[in-house]
Amino acid sequence: MFDNLSDRLNATFKKLKGRGTLSEKAIDEGLKQVRMALLEADVNYRVAKKVISDIHRRALGQEVMESLTPGQQVIKIVYDEFSTMMGSAHEGLNLGNRVPETVMLVGLQGAGKTTTAGKLALYLKKQGKRPFLVPVDLHRPAAIDQLKKLGKQLGIPVFDSTQEMKLGDICRAAEKMAGQEGFDTLLVDTAGRLHVDDGLMAELVELKKMLNPVETLLVADAMTGQDAVNIAGAFDKAVDLTGVILTKMDGDARGGAALSIKAVTGKPLKFIGVGEKSTGLEPFHPERMASRILGMGDTLSLIEKA
Amino acid sequence: SRTRDILFTDIDDLFSKKRVIDDTLLEEIEESLIMADLGVDLCLKVMENVSRKSKKLSTANELKDLLKAEIQALFPGEPSAPEPTAVVKPRVIMVVGVNGTGKTTTLGKLAMKFTNEGQKVLIAAADTFRAAAIEQVSEWARRANVGIVKHRDGADPAAVAFDGVEAAIARGIDVLLIDTAGRLHTQKNLMEELKKIKRTIAKRLPGAPHEVLMVLDATTGQNAISQAKLFNEAVGVTALALTKLDGTAKGGIAVSISGTMEIPLKYIGLGEGINDLQEFNSQLFINALFD
Ligand SMILES: Nc1nc2c(ncn2[C@@H]2O[C@H](COP(=O)(O)OP(=O)(O)OP(=O)(O)O)[C@@H](O)[C@H]2O)c(=O)[nH]1
Ligand SMILES: Nc1nc2c(ncn2[C@@H]2O[C@H](COP(=O)(O)OP(=O)(O)OP(=O)(O)O)[C@@H](O)[C@H]2O)c(=O)[nH]1
Ligand SMILES: [Mg+2]
Ligand SMILES: [Mg+2]
Repeated sequence: MFDNLSDRLNATFKKLKGRGTLSEKAIDEGLKQVRMALLEADVNYRVAKKVISDIHRRALGQEVMESLTPGQQVIKIVYDEFSTMMGSAHEGLNLGNRVPETVMLVGLQGAGKTTTAGKLALYLKKQGKRPFLVPVDLHRPAAIDQLKKLGKQLGIPVFDSTQEMKLGDICRAAEKMAGQEGFDTLLVDTAGRLHVDDGLMAELVELKKMLNPVETLLVADAMTGQDAVNIAGAFDKAVDLTGVILTKMDGDARGGAALSIKAVTGKPLKFIGVGEKSTGLEPFHPERMASRILGMGDTLSLIEKA
Repeated sequence: SRTRDILFTDIDDLFSKKRVIDDTLLEEIEESLIMADLGVDLCLKVMENVSRKSKKLSTANELKDLLKAEIQALFPGEPSAPEPTAVVKPRVIMVVGVNGTGKTTTLGKLAMKFTNEGQKVLIAAADTFRAAAIEQVSEWARRANVGIVKHRDGADPAAVAFDGVEAAIARGIDVLLIDTAGRLHTQKNLMEELKKIKRTIAKRLPGAPHEVLMVLDATTGQNAISQAKLFNEAVGVTALALTKLDGTAKGGIAVSISGTMEIPLKYIGLGEGINDLQEFNSQLFINALFD
């Protein structure tokens, strides 16, 4: 089998000598391969179906460009559609002018929220900001310790939460302290929770009300499978996300969850996590993500020039 | 049962008595299998068999039995010879997997389970890398009321494992559970480190570790195949645990891995509490899917 979608498409179209417009049959053949690639990359079944039918409509009657083979032409159409879906260029944090502003990180257990809180703190510090880490995970064993250790490593202050405190008290005290000390951005690390855990989701809604954050970011694992749509949909419904951070992108996951999440929430993907260390945070690039999900490798640069 | 409720409920809904077997039904079944993260290849294989054989069937109910048989056939068969019954002591279980899957939590649950069974358990805190990993696993040791061997942050994990084995032998421990740091299967140096931990254990106690338990997150999609392959190549995975099945993810990828790699799926995680662990049985599992 071919790992690379471009190879597969070129093999599919090898017999196809004709130029001119793409025939419906050729498009169908090609899109079958694209569909497989999407499902293998963990794009949700229904999302993939929708994408394929949109692309089919757009591809009908298109001329094959002089510089491209029919296979490449199909990839180009797919790629254009994908890049549009993924959103425009990198959007960083949209921090407002209040002091302090609050950024809240939410997501499933083990997605990478605490690690990402440390990464964002370092990112802000490098921009000359004065971030303040606030642990509100009173649930997971040693979650507060984890954030405190990260803060210590990075030289960034961490609010001294304890498991005995009430969430409301932590929020008020942290905001007050930020005012006194001149910290401009609160980074709030919430406990991991399942999107179907009504009690914990209600707690999150309550937290959001208390903190009134300028950014509510879903931290999601790039390895997530078909369930990404349910997870992202539920978090968005509960706390109205402002963006998404995709973690563990340093592995070999194709990351189709990115497309699923974007399709379901419409919210921008802002950063990717690329390592366990606090420096492992990068801006999100829609085109790179599109080519990674499609498994397109080098063909991309060729097509971008076309 | 619980397993049935959280897995494949969608599939079950498809088989109402009156439904005829047509392309729409087959497509809906395919959708359910893909949405359960069974994987494209496996799904295609199952669907091919099912649609070929379904020509001879007349009701959706018969189709259900067929699908059940096809999925059952994916699981590794029972080992032909029974496992040797001689009790090794200490039995060393090394817990491995990528970041954040639930290794430490599963280890805590196992510590409780074995303790409840009357075994003497010890934990070795060999994740010396992640911030507060030692504090976290110490809390699990406290909850399960078992001993723990730990070093300082940043210490050599192989040295911790070695000390764990030594202490287990000295203290007449029945089960030693070794927590390791999460690592991506693609990181060569970290996989080498894992191999070293395993070698060090074997050096102190030939035959150990007796179990290399790989923890998979049910939310994970197709990447789990790559994870399992590379962990297996590096340290020889002997059993799987599938966590976070209390969510809406179906964890179908574990079926695929267990089947193609012939590694038994031993435990499922159903929550964050110390008792939220169940033993897995493929036969029961499949029956529960469709009954
Ligand atoms: N390789 C890699 N590992 C990551 C990345 N982000 C987080 N991790 C690791 O993933 C694991 C889980 O990260 P945490 O930050 O504890 O996740 P969390 O969402 O806070 O977990 P809970 O608080 O239990 O819900 C840790 O081992 C992290 O080191 C990443 O971008 N790449
Ligand atoms: N809902 C649910 N959460 C779980 C389950 N198992 C573990 N968790 C949660 O998942 C998160 C990560 O669990 P850990 O045990 O720290 O995972 P780990 O694999 O040891 O993580 P690293 O050591 O950082 O790689 C924690 O918040 C756990 O409470 C489960 O079966 N269900
Ligand atoms: Mg956390
Ligand atoms: Mg751990």
